[in-house]
Amino acid sequence: MARVIGGLTTSHIPAIGNAVPKEKELVNDPYWKPFFAAYPPARAWVEKVKPDVAVVIYNDHGLNFFLDKMPTFAIGAAFEYKNADEGWGIPTTPGFQGDPELSWHIIESLVAEEFDITSCQEMLVDHGFTVPMSLFWPNYSYAGVKTIPVEINTVQHPLPSPLRCFKLGQAIGRAIESYPKDLKVVVIGTGGLSHQLDGERAGFINKKFDMMCLDKIVNEPEVLTRYSIHELVREAGAQGAEFILWLAMRGVLHNKVTKIHSSYHVAISNTATGMLVLENAA
Amino acid sequence: MSVVTHEELAIPGTYMFDGKAAMKGYPLNKMCFSFNEAKNREEFLKDEDAYCIKYGLNEEQRRAIRERNVLGLIHAGGCIYYLAKFAGIFGLNVQDVGAQQTGMTVEAFKKMLKAQGE
Repeated sequence: MARVIGGLTTSHIPAIGNAVPKEKELVNDPYWKPFFAAYPPARAWVEKVKPDVAVVIYNDHGLNFFLDKMPTFAIGAAFEYKNADEGWGIPTTPGFQGDPELSWHIIESLVAEEFDITSCQEMLVDHGFTVPMSLFWPNYSYAGVKTIPVEINTVQHPLPSPLRCFKLGQAIGRAIESYPKDLKVVVIGTGGLSHQLDGERAGFINKKFDMMCLDKIVNEPEVLTRYSIHELVREAGAQGAEFILWLAMRGVLHNKVTKIHSSYHVAISNTATGMLVLENAA
Repeated sequence: MSVVTHEELAIPGTYMFDGKAAMKGYPLNKMCFSFNEAKNREEFLKDEDAYCIKYGLNEEQRRAIRERNVLGLIHAGGCIYYLAKFAGIFGLNVQDVGAQQTGMTVEAFKKMLKAQGE
């Protein structure tokens, strides 16, 4: 049977996408050093557990989806996923291998559990997906890992609530662990932590709230599912609402997890960056 | 069920991009979405206003585009994820855009960001 071995989270800021190809130089740069220093332990964990599949829960920022059709939950069911020009010049990454058979199993299982999913046989993946993959698999070494993109709308309100996203994650976890193939699966939640790009409150960061989220998500995620989207925007900033993607990741994991590693750094670009490695208890 | 609107619970300096804004800003956001493609960015730069008219932007939206006025674009229904593609054409990143909206210099804006981590 397929097993969820653990979860990873990381911020996915476009500036990181620009920095990743230059990591060797930037690792000693005062601005980037505290950021990149956090990743070697996470990469060591990924190398140790050697996942066959990565389920990547992210938000599209206007590469694949536009306001003409804006799904709340979309899942890729393709043999491969490509990155493309997002308009402001971050280098495009090599493509990603899919696992459409597992995708359809997850989609069937979710719809049976009353999560109505938009299935996508063609799907471009943007920095929300590519930056985390490039961080955890350095030098774009993800060719041997099959990916399942799970896209959640954070562009246009109403957004799905933190509780709904957590429950979606739980249903994805049940789907994976009912898949008959012997696969090791890791789930990645991307985005966050607190940040706001638009309005007179642009630049808003809330360290206290972020630290609380980083702490509670490990053993008491249900506390965080009580926030409304409005409260999340108030506490974490307009784009800090991306934390719903972390909660969906947490839902996929078992109740009991072990924290392997975490980091927090203010700021890269306009964002408080956070990272987390959680392992499912055996 | 009853729905509490974001207008009733306004967060200062924060704009919820909801259905109402999405309808108002549709042509503007559609134009900015087109900037994913290099050929469209080039066409825009050749004659900005003609490109705006092609996408059906109204006078308020065309003026805010002309003036590179990010808050003006948001008031006209722009969504920051698409507007970022417009800003990118001129080499402006989210810190430049943040500085403009808060009325700070870019240096002061960066300092403010960093200070929040201390």
